[in-house]
Amino acid sequence: MAKKFDIKRFPGFLAITCLCLFLLYTPLLVVMVYSFNDSNSITNWGGLSLRWYEEVFFGVEAPKFKKAAFNSLTIALCAATTATTIALCAAVAILRAGRFRGQGLSFGLINLPLMVPEIVTAVATLIFFSAIGFKAGYATILIAHIVFCIPFAYLPIAARMQGIEGSYEQAAQDLYATRWEAFRLVLLPLMMPGIISGFLLAFIISLDDFIITNFVKGAGIETLPTAIFGSVKQGIKPNIMAISTLLLLVSASFVTLSWFINRKGGENSS
Amino acid sequence: MSQTPTDIAVDVQNVTKRYGTTAALANLTLQIRDNEFFTLLGPSGCGKTTLLRSIAGFENISEGTISLFGESLAGLPPNKRPINTVFQHYALFPHMSVTDNVLFGLLRQRVPDADARKRVGEVLDMVQLSALAERMPSQLSGGQQQRVALARALAPRPRVLLLDEPLSALDLKLRQEVRIELQQIQYNTGITFIFVTHDQEEAITMSDRIAVISEGELQQVGAPRDIYESPSNRFVADFIGETNLIDVTVNSVNGDTAMCTLADGTAIQCKSAGDATTGAGHLSVRPERLTLTASDTGDLSGTVKRLTYLGTDMRITIELNDGTTLTARMQNTDDTTLPDRGDRVGLQIEPGAARLLTD
Ligand SMILES: Nc1ncnc2c1ncn2[C@@H]1O[C@H](COP(=O)(O)OP(=O)(O)O)[C@@H](O)[C@H]1O
Ligand SMILES: [Mg+2]
Repeated sequence: MAKKFDIKRFPGFLAITCLCLFLLYTPLLVVMVYSFNDSNSITNWGGLSLRWYEEVFFGVEAPKFKKAAFNSLTIALCAATTATTIALCAAVAILRAGRFRGQGLSFGLINLPLMVPEIVTAVATLIFFSAIGFKAGYATILIAHIVFCIPFAYLPIAARMQGIEGSYEQAAQDLYATRWEAFRLVLLPLMMPGIISGFLLAFIISLDDFIITNFVKGAGIETLPTAIFGSVKQGIKPNIMAISTLLLLVSASFVTLSWFINRKGGENSS
Repeated sequence: MSQTPTDIAVDVQNVTKRYGTTAALANLTLQIRDNEFFTLLGPSGCGKTTLLRSIAGFENISEGTISLFGESLAGLPPNKRPINTVFQHYALFPHMSVTDNVLFGLLRQRVPDADARKRVGEVLDMVQLSALAERMPSQLSGGQQQRVALARALAPRPRVLLLDEPLSALDLKLRQEVRIELQQIQYNTGITFIFVTHDQEEAITMSDRIAVISEGELQQVGAPRDIYESPSNRFVADFIGETNLIDVTVNSVNGDTAMCTLADGTAIQCKSAGDATTGAGHLSVRPERLTLTASDTGDLSGTVKRLTYLGTDMRITIELNDGTTLTARMQNTDDTTLPDRGDRVGLQIEPGAARLLTD
């Protein structure tokens, strides 16, 4: 027998791992640390302070960022809810309605947007809205977000549904449940971890989107990413680091939440 | 409205189920009586699950009709049929406690909550699970899950209970205990059980009647004893228990008896299945009904090839002069004298034990 192949014993494995982690996380760490910097400079350390957080919430740019944050959060909430609902319906139809022609095609079509470069989607969406004469603004951002969030919501939902055998719903129907009751009382609760994951993923993706939003938003409305970008164009100020840190916090808590929910769901159905 | 006698619980008439071009059930006709423990027996892939699912309403049959107490089930969805199923892998709802699992069917039938809970208590008592009522399915052993599945299916008092190989996931000792309990529960509740298994021993020890199925076709229906002692064809004789098949020439058939000659010319009278004809045929003789005698006496003679010790008895493999091998069984008592390997022996077929079969 040959010696067991173990990637962990490759020469330089530890060094490469450390390098990757360093490149991935140092910029984030720098941003987080410097958001607490008591100095106008973004590179010189001037002591610990919360002044840039104060600036974010109460400074001159505060109203702009608050408006943008409100837009971002409401759009993310609406887009994630709608996209999750659509993705759930699609998953039920594709995975639970029995075999039909074009089943594989439907799956491909739903997931294709993940492979299309975002800039292409952005241009196409913009052209589409102007072709039908839709006025750019909050509604165009929301519609665009709903659309590109669907595949992100669909993936965890479909993965979860594929793991649930059809026999549970059949057992429910055998026990006098209508198809709707079998869905509501059995399939839906079992699907919950997937649905929540899908929702959270869609929410984060929407909250974070810049390219498409920037194309379809029109003048006079900003989301947090476009507002940050606009602000950075005039030079990076430490308050941007504070906003970025806050955004990171929101993202991280969502991902953690999603992880815990999935773990709990996994325990229940084993 | 129907005039059909209601002591027939499930009436399966000429049912065919095709998947594409292959027929999982081929023109199957069966009548299952009220209150009986009925078993569908056959090798894996013969269509047992398909028949069960057709009765439960999960498969649309291609041809034929299935009726429940005289009323056709055609077009009724599973939730409108007073039939419950114990699924092969139980399919307990993983997000519900034992109690909620058992309550499920009762609540869907709009049984008032208090009555439903009382009934849950009853059935959990029946399957001896009252102590575990608040557990989740994942906290139960395989045997306990099997009981929950049974309790859940019994709770709504179905007219017919379908059980798809419910014991196959249990270990041998547990399986034997549960067999007796299942029989007892069937007897006490009076519910018609349709039990599916590929295990002939299980079928023989538990059932009132057995239907033997092969490749979607019905081979024989009858009480375990009929099936074992009077198999209607070669498949049934081979599938149920152990048997010896001996090539013979059939000289005459007269009702259910026939005269045949063995390869060495010995004439023998035997019982025959209904459709026997003269010409070539097979005799089926169970090993325990072959007796060893001194060489040159008896109906057949051969050489002892192998002796296998089985505890309560001994299995002896004998090769006949024409090369056919037969097995005989002898009780292990103090005064049996066992032959040795290589000994020439005679074989006596017990009167009435040989049965003429068609293929
Ligand atoms: N959904 C299906 N599609 C195609 N063939 C099937 C399907 N279900 C069962 N079959 C076929 O029908 C036959 C009977 O299957 P089944 O009823 O499950 O057998 P058993 O329960 O006796 O083992 C098998 O040959 C099986 O391959
Ligand atoms: Mg089966």
